[in-house]
Amino acid sequence: MNAEADDADDARAAGTPDPAAAAASVELAARVSYGRLVALLAASTGDLALAEDALAGAFEQALKTWPDAGVPDNPEGWLLTVARNRQRDAWKSAERRLTAPLDDDAGAARSNAGSAGSDVAPRARPDAVASAGAASVDPLADLDPFAIGDKRLELLFVCAHPAIDAAVRTPLMLQVVLGFESAQIATAFAVPPAAMAQRLVRAKRRIRDARIPFAVPDRRAMPERLPAVLEAVYGCHAITWRAPADAPDSMAGEAQYLAVTLAALLEHETEAWGLASLVTLSLARRGSRVDHEAGAGAPAAASRPFIPLDEQDPTTWDAALIAEGGEYLRRASAPGRPPGRFQLEAAIEAVHCDRRRMGVTDWAALRTLYLALNGVAPSLGARVALAAVIGRIDGPDAGLAALPPEADASTFQPWWAARADLLARAGRAPEASDAFARAAELTDDEAVRAHLLARRDEATGRAD
Amino acid sequence: MRYTLLLHYPEMTADDLGPEALAEGQEAFSSYAATLHSAGVLLGAEVLQPSSSTTTLRADGGTVQVQDGPFADTKDQLGGTFVIDVPDLDTAIEWAKQAPSMDYGAGGVEVRPGAVHTVDGVWTANG
Repeated sequence: MNAEADDADDARAAGTPDPAAAAASVELAARVSYGRLVALLAASTGDLALAEDALAGAFEQALKTWPDAGVPDNPEGWLLTVARNRQRDAWKSAERRLTAPLDDDAGAARSNAGSAGSDVAPRARPDAVASAGAASVDPLADLDPFAIGDKRLELLFVCAHPAIDAAVRTPLMLQVVLGFESAQIATAFAVPPAAMAQRLVRAKRRIRDARIPFAVPDRRAMPERLPAVLEAVYGCHAITWRAPADAPDSMAGEAQYLAVTLAALLEHETEAWGLASLVTLSLARRGSRVDHEAGAGAPAAASRPFIPLDEQDPTTWDAALIAEGGEYLRRASAPGRPPGRFQLEAAIEAVHCDRRRMGVTDWAALRTLYLALNGVAPSLGARVALAAVIGRIDGPDAGLAALPPEADASTFQPWWAARADLLARAGRAPEASDAFARAAELTDDEAVRAHLLARRDEATGRAD
Repeated sequence: MRYTLLLHYPEMTADDLGPEALAEGQEAFSSYAATLHSAGVLLGAEVLQPSSSTTTLRADGGTVQVQDGPFADTKDQLGGTFVIDVPDLDTAIEWAKQAPSMDYGAGGVEVRPGAVHTVDGVWTANG
């Protein structure tokens, strides 16, 4: 949150009419403010599509006027006011369509009355102010969006509302809170762009028409409502962390920003801090998943080889992010309360990250944590991970025995990858070769597939 | 904002239920209506006769077919409606959770926002 405030301070200080700086200010405001402004604009009406259109129009206007007029002292306040006026204009025209036709004079009079009567809007419209020179006459200087409050938490609860299809919650968050284009989201989810756009439009229409409230659930309803929000934010992380090669790298950082924002806004929800920690710690290792050196000069990540976790060089991990994630994990622990799923997953990440400091992996700690995770939130993935850890401690045969039965996992890629690795360690090369081939077949990540096929070839070589 | 709560549940005759369960059910519906009314959100409610007494008309290429039985012959049938006026969907869902039919072990409540309704015979927008 502090970094964000600093960014905004920088933006406020940039009050010079320099076109490049103005464009940069618009971009910065877009990154930092998008979700906050959409949330503020949509909170009173419930109409996300209208809020986004109005905000897009305001950004467009900023790009046109800021280079000449200078960046206003309060760029967010400027954008909010311009967007609110656009929103109001849209209502007016909708109202006009529904009622008897008005003559132009009457319409103009009503429009002016609307602007002047608002609690925050200046008497003159911001576009008129901007053309007169926003830097010199800025009626919005006192309008501080930080003081208006933050409705992003409400917006997150809207996106993950039980009345919204679970499959569209994460895409919706990516779009309305983080400002990603529908086409980018479609790529990340491997869905045709038109299909994704339609799902998002339908979800927004549903929010407006069924009047899903922009409200944070009270303490009574929170335990029932929070898991869906955490799950959807985790979905943002999962989808951006393993984003395909052509997705922008910054997407992974955006999911981390979202998780930390959620935890900070909720303040005392331990699982939200657990999620923030999990996302931050895995982001610390993200760059090491693929070998940058080997793929130097190649534009696509797919051409860079995949490196499994225990072969990664810990000195390539981001120490600042590891420290940050550790701090969130400390906030996630509540005395006397058993750790939740995200807290345990974050602790598992922290153990892996600790190899940077300790030089070795604490497998015993991992076994304890995975046992706890399988108790709190049993899942196929957690059982497979536990088996892999047991294989490291008690030997590959014990690991193979701990794997869930094949019938439960015949199409689960991590099961085949773990089994293949355990078989190879047990010296059962022919079976390992088959399992690596199956694991390679089941992954949709090119770098992972190449890695698994190389290990298959290695096992086949031993078998011959 | 007006929402109609559509109560769907498996149909039981008075004989199926027995006098005790029937009285309990009637009491539950009375107290539900009274609670909605005293909260100032109830606009109207109706519990319907069983689908064995219903008649369905179907337009069939210009002719009208009149048939006995419900529009959709399903195990759960529409048994009653409550029209309420509340601020938002969450409030409507809270009221829907308390509907007596939610205790029947099967069936459910559909929460449907209204589009327009009549006031003195004139269509009026919801909201």
